[in-house]
Amino acid sequence: MSVVVPRTLTDALSAMAANPSALLLQGGTDLMVEINFNHRKPVDVIALRRVAELRAVKIDGKTISIGAGLPYQEMETGQIAQLVPALGQAARTVGSPQIRAAGSLGGNLGTCSPAGDGLPVLSALDAMINLRSASASRAVSIHEFMVGVKRNAKMPDEIIVSATMPIVRGWQGYAKVGVRNAMVISVASCCLVVDRAAGTVAVALGAVGPTVIRCRQAEQWLATKVDLKQTATIDAKLAAEFGQRVATEARPIDDHRSTADYRRHAVAKLSGRLLQRSGAQ
Amino acid sequence: MSVGNEIYSLTVNGEHHQVKDAWIGESLLYVLRERLGLPGAKGACEQGECGSCTVIIDGEAVCSCLVMAATAIDSEITTVESLAKKNGLTEVQDAFITEGGVQCGFCTPGLVVAIEHLLNKNPDPSELEIKEAISGNICRCTGYGRIFEAVTTAVATRKAARN
Repeated sequence: MSVVVPRTLTDALSAMAANPSALLLQGGTDLMVEINFNHRKPVDVIALRRVAELRAVKIDGKTISIGAGLPYQEMETGQIAQLVPALGQAARTVGSPQIRAAGSLGGNLGTCSPAGDGLPVLSALDAMINLRSASASRAVSIHEFMVGVKRNAKMPDEIIVSATMPIVRGWQGYAKVGVRNAMVISVASCCLVVDRAAGTVAVALGAVGPTVIRCRQAEQWLATKVDLKQTATIDAKLAAEFGQRVATEARPIDDHRSTADYRRHAVAKLSGRLLQRSGAQ
Repeated sequence: MSVGNEIYSLTVNGEHHQVKDAWIGESLLYVLRERLGLPGAKGACEQGECGSCTVIIDGEAVCSCLVMAATAIDSEITTVESLAKKNGLTEVQDAFITEGGVQCGFCTPGLVVAIEHLLNKNPDPSELEIKEAISGNICRCTGYGRIFEAVTTAVATRKAARN
């Protein structure tokens, strides 16, 4: 086993090209658990914690690109939370301060667990995932990037560099259910984004399917019921029906964290409440 | 920089330590305790949920069980051992004793590191900020009430010392 600690993205990509079977280590909150419990014996590791380029934030007025290695604690407040409020909210629900100092969007994307807290936000915002190898770069839609439970479209020699998402005018929020208030993995989560200019709403669910799920039927149904270009209050009955429609698009399972029935109930309530909150603004 | 199955160096509490005869994939927690003789950070869950192994790396409080030690070369690592000086305990450590914030004591080093980290960044935290700052440190004995009391006392003592 070897451990490589590159200082630049170029060096990291060279190391990947030389050894595509190496495991990428970002914040360690997933991989180190597997190593500590002997679930995985890595042969070679490329640790990305020293690659400053992976923590860069770029804003061009219409979009924001967030480096794959930027720790969640940098998204909790400040410019990112202001421009992408749902991401700020999601960041604040991740684990604990210790975990938010280590975990990142790149880690969520690399692991691709459907319970990753950053992923519903990326889905609701139709984010593009920027990938690089030593010889090429490409951008993949988040919807194509997430392939299955802990499976993604990243090629072995690629590094996830950043995620690019639009800066949207309109209310957005993230909510999740877990067994306690802090230090908890999502039992079910929901991100809702209202795009006032386009007159659309986007809803994405976490931990209720093999990947994050976009509820396109419920989104389209809502657009026929409310003029989303206007700020309008949402009545409770409409929010409840919206929640029910969202829940029918979930594909939850029973597992050690919860039951399918409870998860379906939870996403109905979470999405309905987020919709009502959007109307209250 | 590449590290094979060879000696590497870590800077812990301002001192350089060589890590020898170790498997390169070991966690920082394991290396601190078993290789460097620094057992202050405690190992319990080894999955980042209990906070007992909290240390400061380059100014951030992190779980040392989730850091691969060999990737922390060139980082400044601070453990609970470095807090108390020759002339006595820190205000936070003193307050844990006077307020009865220690019962079995297993979670205490991690909590002390997390609280020192909080107070160094935010000398006068609100109740919510205190709760948030230690939300990653689990205590199964005290029910947290006396730990909150200890933080309140430490804040007052530190404030008095500044004035």
